[in-house]
Amino acid sequence: MSTNPEMSSAAGVATPGRSGSVAPDSPLLSISGLSIDYLGERTVHAVANVSLQLGRGEIIGLAGESGCGKSTLAYGINQLLVPPAVITEGGVTFHDRSGDDIDVLALEDKELRRYRWNKVSMVFQGAMNSLNPVISVRAQLNDVFATHRPQMSKAERRLRSGELLELVGVDPKRLDSYAHELSGGMRQRVMIAMALALDPELMIMDEPTTALDVVVQRDILLEITRLREELGFAVIFITHDLPLLLEISDRIAIMRHGRIVEMASAEEIFFAAQDPYTRQLLRSFPSLTGERGDFIRHGAQLENEEVR
Amino acid sequence: MATLEVKNLCKDFHVREGGNRRILNAVQDVSFELVPGGTVALVGQSGSGKSTVARMIAHLERPTSGQVLLDGAPAPTRGRGVHKYRSQVQMVFQDPFASLNPFHSVGHHLERPLRLHGVATSKADVHAHVIELLERVQLSPGRDFLARRPHELSGGQRQRVAIARALAPQPSVLIADEPVSMLDVSIRLGVLNLLARLQREEDLAVLYITHDLATARHFSDRIMVMYQGEVVEDGAPDDVILRPQADFTKRLAAAAPEPARNERMIAAASRYAKDTTNDR
Repeated sequence: MSTNPEMSSAAGVATPGRSGSVAPDSPLLSISGLSIDYLGERTVHAVANVSLQLGRGEIIGLAGESGCGKSTLAYGINQLLVPPAVITEGGVTFHDRSGDDIDVLALEDKELRRYRWNKVSMVFQGAMNSLNPVISVRAQLNDVFATHRPQMSKAERRLRSGELLELVGVDPKRLDSYAHELSGGMRQRVMIAMALALDPELMIMDEPTTALDVVVQRDILLEITRLREELGFAVIFITHDLPLLLEISDRIAIMRHGRIVEMASAEEIFFAAQDPYTRQLLRSFPSLTGERGDFIRHGAQLENEEVR
Repeated sequence: MATLEVKNLCKDFHVREGGNRRILNAVQDVSFELVPGGTVALVGQSGSGKSTVARMIAHLERPTSGQVLLDGAPAPTRGRGVHKYRSQVQMVFQDPFASLNPFHSVGHHLERPLRLHGVATSKADVHAHVIELLERVQLSPGRDFLARRPHELSGGQRQRVAIARALAPQPSVLIADEPVSMLDVSIRLGVLNLLARLQREEDLAVLYITHDLATARHFSDRIMVMYQGEVVEDGAPDDVILRPQADFTKRLAAAAPEPARNERMIAAASRYAKDTTNDR
């Protein structure tokens, strides 16, 4: 899957073993002991002591059910949390391509704005509905450049906007369209184009294809993996769809109740998952082409399912 | 037990785009039969017309042409007959967060259809039926759920209440429109297994509408694939999934995530061969 030599260091966890715990050679982002609480009558530990290292150009899949803390973790990486969410412990370090280490949680104001979208961009959950309905696609891309690249001339912006849409496979004529004139898949592509606008090193995708049907989803996934190979950014891909993650990720982290219960290469998760919860998740997906009654892994019984 | 037959069903919608009017053929000439104890899966992309078929069967939409026959008799379109038809044909909707009324208790949701369809009349009788319904959908002990409101239930529990409500009038046909797509993955199978068991035990005829080919294959006796309002493929599950004929079915089957046919997984398989035998 990965042809980029830079990537294979992180992705090429070729030898069987507990590769998930092995740190990549060229790290891009290090999360160490991160804990996030939602303060309230009853404090909720949404993320509890999570540590992980993301390699340059690596795709990490973050899987878990609703409420397991996967989105909260992603928001924490971008300092997007607002009270009552508070980071109680731990740190996030971004290893910039210039060689500098950025302490993400210490960033403020101007520096924070420089970090967001420049270094780490995000494709939000329900990106279908996160385009502004009253301004054109062009105006929204212009906003990004006006904020982050004020020195760019109008002509440069126009050129770059067109390039970006072409990159994600949308006709540049669509720059003058409004969100409602685009199909769901096209809107999603435009969102990815916006996330690519500043050539970030990391893209966080929070359930980017959940609202799309499978044919469109497949197109978008192919697009993401192609762009990753071309541009070399890393991806944190958040979803509950484990079969999908198994296909596109280098490594997968399984989250439950705010903790990472298992982290390993996609192959390892698929063939030799260790944690009972991971096995349970794998058992939740019927296999498409296997025997009837067979599941993605560890052929479960159709009957006697625990009621939840 | 009744058989439901759909004959040459068509539905046109009039749509206005700016000043232009055009006719959208949402469903074109769809025919099939639902038999007791059998599940038919209706698969397709969003916008393919599969929900419109369901809504026409459930009398929520009037067909432009074509017929729905219950035990050979055309489905009534007005008067008392409709009420009677509805007690035979029930529907479970996609979103259990929207299909239950937040003001009413679980008990109320189940009492209403029992009384309205004359299944039970006396207070004691209704109560007994409600408890029995809850336990049939594995919400037991039933009395613990009576006073709860939808917000006190998980998504899976809510969908079970919705299924119990559909079972209350003692229907013979159940239309399930994407019954698990809003639920968490680990509870989806539980709900599908429940539907499969009810179908077997009560000899229900089930129409299972989904965009998920894998569950369609595992939970149905026949799969119909819809594309732009038409049925483009129709057959036994294994034929449709493993040996698709229509171009669209091929695309759909190729697009569904399936790690087992991923090159990387195939390449890695031999390395893990020993581990897997241990697991199984």
